[in-house]
Amino acid sequence: MSLKNQAAAIGIAELKPWKEPPPDLTPLSLMARLTAEAIADAGLAKSDIDGFLVGMPTADPGFIYPASAAEVLGINPRMLNVVDIGGASPAGMIWRAAAAIQAGMCSAVLCIVADLNRVGDQRVPVISVQREFEAPYGNIGANCGYAMIANRHMYEYGTTPQQMAKVAVDQRKNALKNPLAAFGDKPLTIDDVLNSRMIVDPLHLFEIVSPCSGGSAVIIASPEVAKRAKNPPVWLLGAGEYSNHSSITYAPSLTESPIKPAADTAFKMAGVERKNIDLVCPYDCYTITVLVTLEDAGFCKKGQGGPFAAEHDLSYAGDFPCNTHGGQLSFGQPGLGGGMSHVVEGIRQLMGRGEGRQVKDAALAYVNGNGGIMSEQVSLILERRS
Amino acid sequence: MSDYIKPLPKPSPTSRPYWEAARRHELQLQHCGACNKYIYYPRPRCPNCMSDNLKWERVSGRGKLYSYTIVRRASTRSFADGPYVLAIVELDEGPRLTTNLIAPQDQLKIGMPVAVYFDDVTPEHTLVKFKPA
Repeated sequence: MSLKNQAAAIGIAELKPWKEPPPDLTPLSLMARLTAEAIADAGLAKSDIDGFLVGMPTADPGFIYPASAAEVLGINPRMLNVVDIGGASPAGMIWRAAAAIQAGMCSAVLCIVADLNRVGDQRVPVISVQREFEAPYGNIGANCGYAMIANRHMYEYGTTPQQMAKVAVDQRKNALKNPLAAFGDKPLTIDDVLNSRMIVDPLHLFEIVSPCSGGSAVIIASPEVAKRAKNPPVWLLGAGEYSNHSSITYAPSLTESPIKPAADTAFKMAGVERKNIDLVCPYDCYTITVLVTLEDAGFCKKGQGGPFAAEHDLSYAGDFPCNTHGGQLSFGQPGLGGGMSHVVEGIRQLMGRGEGRQVKDAALAYVNGNGGIMSEQVSLILERRS
Repeated sequence: MSDYIKPLPKPSPTSRPYWEAARRHELQLQHCGACNKYIYYPRPRCPNCMSDNLKWERVSGRGKLYSYTIVRRASTRSFADGPYVLAIVELDEGPRLTTNLIAPQDQLKIGMPVAVYFDDVTPEHTLVKFKPA
């Protein structure tokens, strides 16, 4: 039994992230707009939606959240859940939706995330273990963990700041063609990145995502529902998930992430080779994240992510299209909408809706979702059949 | 009253012996009698073999710098009082821990030997930090 070809993405909705959100917005008002747009995009009626996977907004957290949100939206789901695996939650929703469909529990699942970021101060982590053993030393937020990964990667493999910066530079080229990118106005050079302010050595300001507000939604449907959808269905061919730590301190390795087992599972299920992938959408909270993902997902040898990024053109028109929406580094990180942006872009490209940044003849996409400090990993393989 | 504003550990029943030992300037870790591994952070059972045969043992306090970052801009106001070195130290006994390294920035080198340093940040709280050995 496998999830291969059991469900397809048939509709998407995505908001342009706000750097400062208008005062009258709430996470639920964003979800209402996204629900209406995603249903219209798929060509469904709201009554067709019978599954509901939602991300918990930090701006409106609550206990027993899914039913409250579904009630506001007027959805009566046969399956409802919060998916809470950090930035991997959106990718995690996609295979969970497919699994529920395969099990016959529902036939059209709305996967939705929306959040507002008005707070300037990072909250102290609320999980007791992190509050006790991480926060007193200032290991708060994600920057520190990724900086320590980057430093260790440089130490073990000789990765350079220029190689890391190249990721942000190429992805910006993509963002220039994405009207929804929050940071898609002007080109970026490697010098711009390396001259930007050092935040946590060795990571500069332009190598770090900017918290924004916004959201997105994807509808995953059964083959029967997909037949009457407006868009060409984008099929889930393979999925894999893995976690082996929460704080990076207790990970088996700083540089070899749980992406490898997740990606291997997804590729094995899909039955496709790395070389056949037309575009990749790796989670990019930081530049180093992309390098580690390309290595552990098997697109280059371990430790060679830096030279690989330097030697390939990662733009939509290049020889290795990567995060053609700009990545979160240029699109912005509207909470969990950051992780969903990779899923949405993979689907959008395979539907042939990439407009000015369309990857020619794109048929197969690799998407990775990453939670915490490389803690939770979800890899997806998506396909559009000709 | 202390004017210390950074987050402080609130010991749990599981971890209390660790912090009480730190207060006495001793580094103690749980040791699993079943699989012979040292454990950090303190656990209700051994995360390797699930044994409950755990005993507190004093350890060397020596290790190596596994990785670090100089936090120039902190994510939280309580750490906004200047750059600090956040580090992962790998103890000679095996476990890694999150800590601060008290060392000049130009002397930081992954792999360098380090030794424990107990920082009495308030009259009631001692944090486990490290210095170059």
